[in-house]
Amino acid sequence: MTVMPLLNDAPLPFCKGCGHSHVAKNTEKAIRRLGLDPLDVVLVTDIGCHGIIDKSFLTHTVHGLHGRAVALAGGISAGLDNPKNRVVVFIGDGGATIGMQHLVGAAHRDIDITVVVHNNMLYGMTGGQPSDFTPSGFKTPTLPDGKSLQGYDICRQIASAGASRVERVIGVGDFSEAIAKAISTNGFALVEVMEICPSHGVKANPGMKLKKVVEESGLEVKVFASGKKERSASLHPSISQSLLQESLEIHPVYPNSLAHRMSVMVAGSAGGGVQSAAEWFARAAMSSGLDVTLRGAYPVTVGVGFSAAQINISPEPILYTGSSAPDVLIVTSADGADYARPFAAKMADGLILLDEGLESLSTGAEELRVPMSARIGSRDASVYGLLWYLNHARLFPIEAMMDVLTVGARSRRVKIEKLLQF
Amino acid sequence: MGTENGNNSRIRHMATMSATLTTKPRALTDGSRLITEACVRAGADVFIGYPITPANLLYLYATRRYPRMLAAPDEITTLQWMCGFATTGHVPVTATSFPGYALMVESINMAFMMELPMVIILAQRLGPATGSATTGAQGDLTLLQGTLSGGYSLPTLCISSFDDCWNLSADAVKLAVKLRTPVVLLTSKEMVTTRTSYDWSELPEIEPFARELYEGTAPYKPYAPREDLVSDFLPVGQNKHQVRLTASTHDQSGIIQNVLPEAIENTKRLQAKLDIHLHEYTHFELDEQDGASALVVSFGITAQASREAVRLLRAKGKEVSLLVAKTLLPVPSEYVATCDEYQRVVVAEENLDGRLRHLLYGARGRTGMTGVNGIAKMITPLEIVEEVLK
Repeated sequence: MTVMPLLNDAPLPFCKGCGHSHVAKNTEKAIRRLGLDPLDVVLVTDIGCHGIIDKSFLTHTVHGLHGRAVALAGGISAGLDNPKNRVVVFIGDGGATIGMQHLVGAAHRDIDITVVVHNNMLYGMTGGQPSDFTPSGFKTPTLPDGKSLQGYDICRQIASAGASRVERVIGVGDFSEAIAKAISTNGFALVEVMEICPSHGVKANPGMKLKKVVEESGLEVKVFASGKKERSASLHPSISQSLLQESLEIHPVYPNSLAHRMSVMVAGSAGGGVQSAAEWFARAAMSSGLDVTLRGAYPVTVGVGFSAAQINISPEPILYTGSSAPDVLIVTSADGADYARPFAAKMADGLILLDEGLESLSTGAEELRVPMSARIGSRDASVYGLLWYLNHARLFPIEAMMDVLTVGARSRRVKIEKLLQF
Repeated sequence: MGTENGNNSRIRHMATMSATLTTKPRALTDGSRLITEACVRAGADVFIGYPITPANLLYLYATRRYPRMLAAPDEITTLQWMCGFATTGHVPVTATSFPGYALMVESINMAFMMELPMVIILAQRLGPATGSATTGAQGDLTLLQGTLSGGYSLPTLCISSFDDCWNLSADAVKLAVKLRTPVVLLTSKEMVTTRTSYDWSELPEIEPFARELYEGTAPYKPYAPREDLVSDFLPVGQNKHQVRLTASTHDQSGIIQNVLPEAIENTKRLQAKLDIHLHEYTHFELDEQDGASALVVSFGITAQASREAVRLLRAKGKEVSLLVAKTLLPVPSEYVATCDEYQRVVVAEENLDGRLRHLLYGARGRTGMTGVNGIAKMITPLEIVEEVLK
């Protein structure tokens, strides 16, 4: 069997003595050990010196944004449906710093990718700034006194987040077995390769030895997680039904006597059945041949405070779904009155139904006191108010509302007979 | 993608305004339902979502309808996952609002540079910043115009009716695939949450997109343009050809090159491919009345108020025409050309200072052109009527 090359013939693009070259060669060796073809592999690289390795690899290569390679690779892994495909991510300690959430998230989800962190303890491409991985005491060109904080122990973090396999290696010699084991892992695997940047790290820390820095930082060189999870079967597309179901359609079966477009607002409290009542009214209007728009209004915390709905109904097509002032306003609680006050202020005429006990809104509209909550309970006050108005104004038959109310669970919830006592 | 010349409706008189009410059954639906169904029928096969108001219904329907739906932990991940899916041949969709979109911007640049098809539904709400999550707005047009660094257009289609929810959503998916580009489907809170009685029985069928993959024997170049300036697509992971994709300036093979003429030409092509196909995805509604010297221009949710205003004006005997812009970016030349035919132009949009007006005529504006603008409330038909009659 001929072994297909993983790297092309061009010299590797890194500085002399850079550990990134070792990572590239060890990755090539690891992929060969596993018997994978170059095109079985998708190599996703981050921003930083390591990322320019793309042009050397004969695998598929995807080169994205700084810190986002792990998230990008997660999408690739989820999108592939051939179990032979393996997704490998190269990222630096800088990319891992900015993209830490993606690393933790991918480990937590155990996304089937292998991440090789090239940890040379600083940002090399931009001039040697410290990353969150830079160990305590380590100097960089922009931090001549050395870092005061200890760096991340990414291996511990990722192992605790739920990764299937995590290992730290020193980036010298042959560490291809660690990478091979990671790539063959079914789930999230991470190999942290400890390196030193020959251009910035060595100069800023003369005489420093890589192994000693790692040891003094308390970073253990070992396997942190070695799960034996079975690779999950690829997800097959689920079969779903059209969202445009006939069962959602409402047939116009009743007449109506509406001459012009009108706007009805119901304003009450959360839990007061406002939204349901407005929807029933809208459906009843539609079954009476009217055009309808329905908009709910409530604070972002939907379970407390006011709850209001605006229903436009019209014998003609409604082109504009908004409304400047309601023609009819039904207020069923003090919360509703507070919400409705600015709208009521704009009512030059029209009708306001106020629940008993509420203060007058004092507008140009006629105001009627109707005992809604007291008669039917606060939960059904809104639907009672709408029925009361319908009985009063006769815009369309009250039977249209009853049809809607007697469907399924609604009939059990609403006390139909009591609702019809005006 | 509809007809060769896009999907423009040039209406004479009041065809759409005088439609009589149907006696047919109608559904009480929101635009989100139609958008979701149309995207899926057009071939979008995965939705990546991060929750945000007012795009919540698009997220909810996605869980029921897309072949795959993934809940991402943030909006940057959302876009990165979408890009990942797109490299493997899927066509992803997401829905967000300004705060989420802002986080997506760098990744949208990446998708544009890598030439990955996807649709980003942007449901506008009141800003700046968190603003009001449940209040509508049309404040993001020039944010979209400036999303891509360097003067490139992010193709943007804007929904102005429930029919658009259906047709433009499908067009957005097909445009993304055809031109290998992210596409923004612009809408707003009112369109995607307010429910309306709607007859969907006569909506046109939507055929899924057809995409031809590279079948040559020569090494595949992911960015080698065909005659139409679009490059053949091939997913990563297949075993016939190496695929190289990158967000950095690159040659036709997808190798990073910073000054090579081939690479610079490739970057310029990203705009050129959008421009030479623009006539195929130029969508607008032009309702012209003979003898009119005034034109109402609008887009998105305020198109509703504008249609009603035009109806009211005509009922008063005022001759007036209406232009509803649906393809917003790149800006079709038809818009300025149409405006230039009218002495009086009123541009109605729900933002502080008239973003579409600025996009068409710049800071200098134009004699006879004014705006009806406002925030935190819908522009009313009456405001537009009054401005036209001034």
